[in-house]
Amino acid sequence: MSRPYAKLPRWIDYGLIPLVNLVVAFLVAGLVVLAVGESPFEAAALMLRGAFGYTEGFGFTLYYATNFIFTGLAVAVAFHGGLFNIGGEGQAYVGGLGVTAVALSLGAILPWWLNLPLAIALSFAFGALWAFIPAYLQAKRGSHIVITTIMFNFIAASLMVYLLVGVLKPVGSMAPETRTFDAGGQLPKLKGLFEVFGFNLGGAPLNVSLFVALLAAVLVYVLIWRTKLGYEIRTLGFSPRAARYAGMSQTRLIVVTMMISGGLAGMMALNAVMGDQYRLAIDFPQGAGFVGIAVALMGRGHPAGIVPAAILFGMLYQGGAELAFDMPAISRDMIVIIQGLVILFAGALENMVRPGIGAAWQRLRLRTVEPAGENVGEAR
Amino acid sequence: MDLSSFLDLIDSTIRLSTPLLFAALAGLYSERSGIFDISLEGKMLIAAFASASAAAVWGSVMLGLCVGILAAVGFSLVHGVASITYRGNQIVSGVAINFIAAGLTIILGQSWFGQGGRTPSLFGGGRFTAVELPFAEAVRDVPVLGPIYSGVLSGQTPLVYVAFLMVPLTWWVLFRTRFGLRLRAVGENPAAVDTAGISVAFLRYRAVIICGVLTGFAGAYLSTAQAAGFTRDMTAGKGYIALAALIFANWKPVPVMFACLLFGFLDAVSIRIEGVDLPLVGEVSVQLVSALPYILTVVLLAGFVGKATPPRAGGVPYVKER
Repeated sequence: MSRPYAKLPRWIDYGLIPLVNLVVAFLVAGLVVLAVGESPFEAAALMLRGAFGYTEGFGFTLYYATNFIFTGLAVAVAFHGGLFNIGGEGQAYVGGLGVTAVALSLGAILPWWLNLPLAIALSFAFGALWAFIPAYLQAKRGSHIVITTIMFNFIAASLMVYLLVGVLKPVGSMAPETRTFDAGGQLPKLKGLFEVFGFNLGGAPLNVSLFVALLAAVLVYVLIWRTKLGYEIRTLGFSPRAARYAGMSQTRLIVVTMMISGGLAGMMALNAVMGDQYRLAIDFPQGAGFVGIAVALMGRGHPAGIVPAAILFGMLYQGGAELAFDMPAISRDMIVIIQGLVILFAGALENMVRPGIGAAWQRLRLRTVEPAGENVGEAR
Repeated sequence: MDLSSFLDLIDSTIRLSTPLLFAALAGLYSERSGIFDISLEGKMLIAAFASASAAAVWGSVMLGLCVGILAAVGFSLVHGVASITYRGNQIVSGVAINFIAAGLTIILGQSWFGQGGRTPSLFGGGRFTAVELPFAEAVRDVPVLGPIYSGVLSGQTPLVYVAFLMVPLTWWVLFRTRFGLRLRAVGENPAAVDTAGISVAFLRYRAVIICGVLTGFAGAYLSTAQAAGFTRDMTAGKGYIALAALIFANWKPVPVMFACLLFGFLDAVSIRIEGVDLPLVGEVSVQLVSALPYILTVVLLAGFVGKATPPRAGGVPYVKER
């Protein structure tokens, strides 16, 4: 039982095991559906139809996926540094301020393609700023980053309500939201692009921030695996003592890693605020920051896994919204359960199926090798 | 501020710190045995929901308490299986449990009672009612001590007394019994405990179950003593604040009580300063007041916990041949 787990081929480690974990998570979620008196198969069918059955639904799926790519990358970057950033929700929320600052001030002056880089920079900066204090406290004072980032989610919620009710609300309006952005503060939808290929996205809010998200995924890959800073971050994650012994500054690394993480979470606001609602509204992240945790764990911290995991959760969000129409007993909160189950099975219980699959793989390999006469069987 | 409003403040401090105290003591057992537990929040929530549901259906608050404890212990065991048997990441497991509890309470509540995730209001035998201590009426007119006895010490719900009695009990269990010695040892150096022929896993499972029982009390207190029914997300971060209190108190039972009283006091004050014109600051906004407990938690964690020494083996799964 306590022998080290055998090294498995990559396709098992990164493909099969996450898939099995996912299936188990969905089976348990199916039990919950059964418990509220609905058929899990029917629910799954409705969900799939809602997410992929028609092109507008697919557009929504990709729109939600864009949010989750940002927040998933955010959590993953922190994970590589051995830090658990639960504050993605608050960082995304505050990141919305950066987007709004650009869109409100320059929306009437500059075209969207000039405003986009500015909005990216400011949303990143605001998200990073919101992650800075917990990071600094972790590095300097040893305050547990998990607790401080959670507290900062609550604080962000209060701060944003304060700003939206008091400062940012246009005069004479009752709704706690900013005025609608001018044309330069609105990112173009991808409707036209998809029509070229014969898809009708309908009213789906899919917009150019999808490409920003994919670009961010590539950049995160480059950062983590192809740069000196990425190497240092991974060293910190593997062994903080080794990092210190190698002369890396722990304080600097923790703060930088968390600020990159917070910045990525903040960029999620591009999609929701500048790409869809064209105004800053109460609670616009709608839990996307938390979904990022499940996405990062599903994708095993690698952008190539995070993008499909984000699409999966986009499917759950969109399909779940459709599902709630047909099965009133199953509201969107079902997603929160599935999210928790995925985190449980893909994250905390990942060692549950691994020994079994490892042993099965070992046996399978021996059976194919032995006829060839090579006796490597007793090596392990 | 006169005496009666001051006593009122103390009274609500005690009420507000009770759930924190239960949860922080729960975390104390778990973390002293080496199992970090970020899922106090989720366990409180599921216990609050389960006990309010059971109390609403059967009309008995004691039955509600039992069901709440069972639910919390069930979730505790999930955390135990993930972090003891399968040696998973304890923080990740805790986060998962918090999400599952948050979603499950709403889905089940909506499906069972159809009130948007609330449970029906509790009344009569479905709630914990105040207990009058002996002579509370008789001594009310005694100056100073009378109002303290009859207004603050007497007239609390039974769970409040249970919570504060748990403090010396926990101290005695941890520092004066064989079980407590082993529990602390397994959190510091599991290999030594293992060498002595004691099962690390069994010890840690017992600690995790105790943690479940106490979070069950915390949740039941929230929904059947403090409020009259369950509302969605009613824990509102109390589990995390309890965790902060535990760290602030350096994982010791009596300091945990004072830390919880401090957080409860801050909470009680923050409710009262709403709309009050303070000198220098002016009128405090509603949002600042609602954020105050969280800001103060961060400030306390940042300012005073520089020397916090968590149990040495905390968060590390135990592997025999390491």
